[in-house]
Amino acid sequence: MTTQPALSIRGLNKAFGALVVAQSIDVDLDVGARVGLIGPNGAGKTTFVNLLTGFLKQDSGTIHLQGEAIESMAPELRVRRGLARTHQINALLREDKARDNVAIAVAEREGYAWRMLRYTPQWRRCVEEAQALLRELGVGEVGDRLVRELPYGQQRLLEIAIALALKPRVLLLDEPAAGVPSEEAHRIHDVLERLPKDMAILIIEHDMEVIFRFAKEIIVLLQGRVLTRGEPAKIAADPEVRAVYLGRTVV
Amino acid sequence: MSTMQTSKAAGVPAERIGWGTMVGAVVPWVAAIAYYYLAEGYLTFGTQIMIWILFALSLDLVLGYAGIVTLGHAAFFGVGAYAAGIFSIHVTGDPVLGHLVAIAVSALLGFLTGAMILHTSGVTFLMLTLAIVSVIFEYANKAKWLTGGDDGLQGMRVDPLFGTFEFNIFGNTAYLYTLAVLFIWFVLSWRLVQSPFGRSLDGIRQNPRRMRAIGTPVWWRLLAIYTISAGMAGSAGALSAHSTRFVGLDVLSLLTSGIVTVILILGGTRRLYGAFVGAVVYFVVQDWTAKISPYFWEFIVGAMLIATVLFLEGGLMDLGRVGRRLVDRFRKPSDAA
Repeated sequence: MTTQPALSIRGLNKAFGALVVAQSIDVDLDVGARVGLIGPNGAGKTTFVNLLTGFLKQDSGTIHLQGEAIESMAPELRVRRGLARTHQINALLREDKARDNVAIAVAEREGYAWRMLRYTPQWRRCVEEAQALLRELGVGEVGDRLVRELPYGQQRLLEIAIALALKPRVLLLDEPAAGVPSEEAHRIHDVLERLPKDMAILIIEHDMEVIFRFAKEIIVLLQGRVLTRGEPAKIAADPEVRAVYLGRTVV
Repeated sequence: MSTMQTSKAAGVPAERIGWGTMVGAVVPWVAAIAYYYLAEGYLTFGTQIMIWILFALSLDLVLGYAGIVTLGHAAFFGVGAYAAGIFSIHVTGDPVLGHLVAIAVSALLGFLTGAMILHTSGVTFLMLTLAIVSVIFEYANKAKWLTGGDDGLQGMRVDPLFGTFEFNIFGNTAYLYTLAVLFIWFVLSWRLVQSPFGRSLDGIRQNPRRMRAIGTPVWWRLLAIYTISAGMAGSAGALSAHSTRFVGLDVLSLLTSGIVTVILILGGTRRLYGAFVGAVVYFVVQDWTAKISPYFWEFIVGAMLIATVLFLEGGLMDLGRVGRRLVDRFRKPSDAA
């Protein structure tokens, strides 16, 4: 008996004019998967996430989320079916409190976000869940602060908190620790270690140490193509990968 | 290390409403009632101000909270006014029924036009709203049989409110009726902007991409608030028609959209009470300075608008905050350096 993958991508293609950014990509994310996506700048990693989430439209190919075809759905419909992402560049509601950023995501998940007049107990539950989640991520104390006043590292954690508030089945992490000074980055890495075990996760990350520790499988992308894939040890030893990418960062 | 689980009982303290805020919230309503008793000869003026407050309030929901930049809001105010007027001539003079019809018609117009153009934003959207209000204006101008064209809609019949209260020439009934309608809309709006729905609109204004990434149906949300706001603007238009028993073509003019925008920006967006401050200041300044010269008041209002936009980010409603900051600075001169 085979179990259905949480996310299944087949033959995904995308080109901007002559520039091919995704070429026949096949990827399966099983329930509880930890897959790392690496590749040099411009390899098409973020494009891949944008294609999966619907912010970009593929030229051809299929995407199935728990067996359901989602490739022609709008982003918000994919989210409601359990596909969440974080952004490489923070996309936060900067004028709002950190907690409200999370609470509004909870409200959307619970279907409360259409409520206009009768909402007091429901919103209260959203806020409390949001605060609990922030505390879980070790940033409970920033709940009351405006996002624009938060240090960058905590804003990055907030990106993750918002995605987790959606209780996704599949989570796409686009460089969660990008731009965070290394002495703070460990807080983000700790959070990654503790993500729910049954959540399927794809992570883009430039810090090879992090990705080799976190991922059970690594996919190497080059010019929109899957160059190779396999267990971290195999990837680290692959001369081709070392030549195009790792050679510069891993000793 | 343990895996995360949703825990509860986070114990977030409930938001406290300060005394200052509460007093500030009551003042406008007390003032409006006091005005009724104190300014007997000027009730028509007060009614006009409240109608514009309601109109500006409706604009605040779309422009302030949802970030929909429109110059076509006169379409809803005007169509609401015409709907109320035409209904009173051809169907019945009952003001409440006519009012509800006006709200429904303008909300429907908001829904249909919003559905056509809300996939756009920014300058494109602005131009489309201008186009729509211009088309409606021209139609009202040409359809003399229905609207009276540029002569205006004449012969409106307004029955006593609830069969009892006559709309007299002193405007007592019109004033109190308008105040009541404004109050209802205000309470609804006040509730709405704090709701999850209202927060999602504010989120869309700040970052639509973020909202889509948490599953917000952005287009539907915008369409919903656009429809509600259109109904509200139509309500203001109906009040205008019923209180003056006349509808002129100018309700649909670009100037009407412009004035309501000036009022809102002057008073302050995203505060609800900004509409109150803006409308009062606008009309009082107009009333006083117009006695000096018919063109002078436009200069004064223009200068105030420039000063507000340059120095008061949140409109005249920011004056209190700015004043407090100045006092603080005066008290602690060491911090000012």
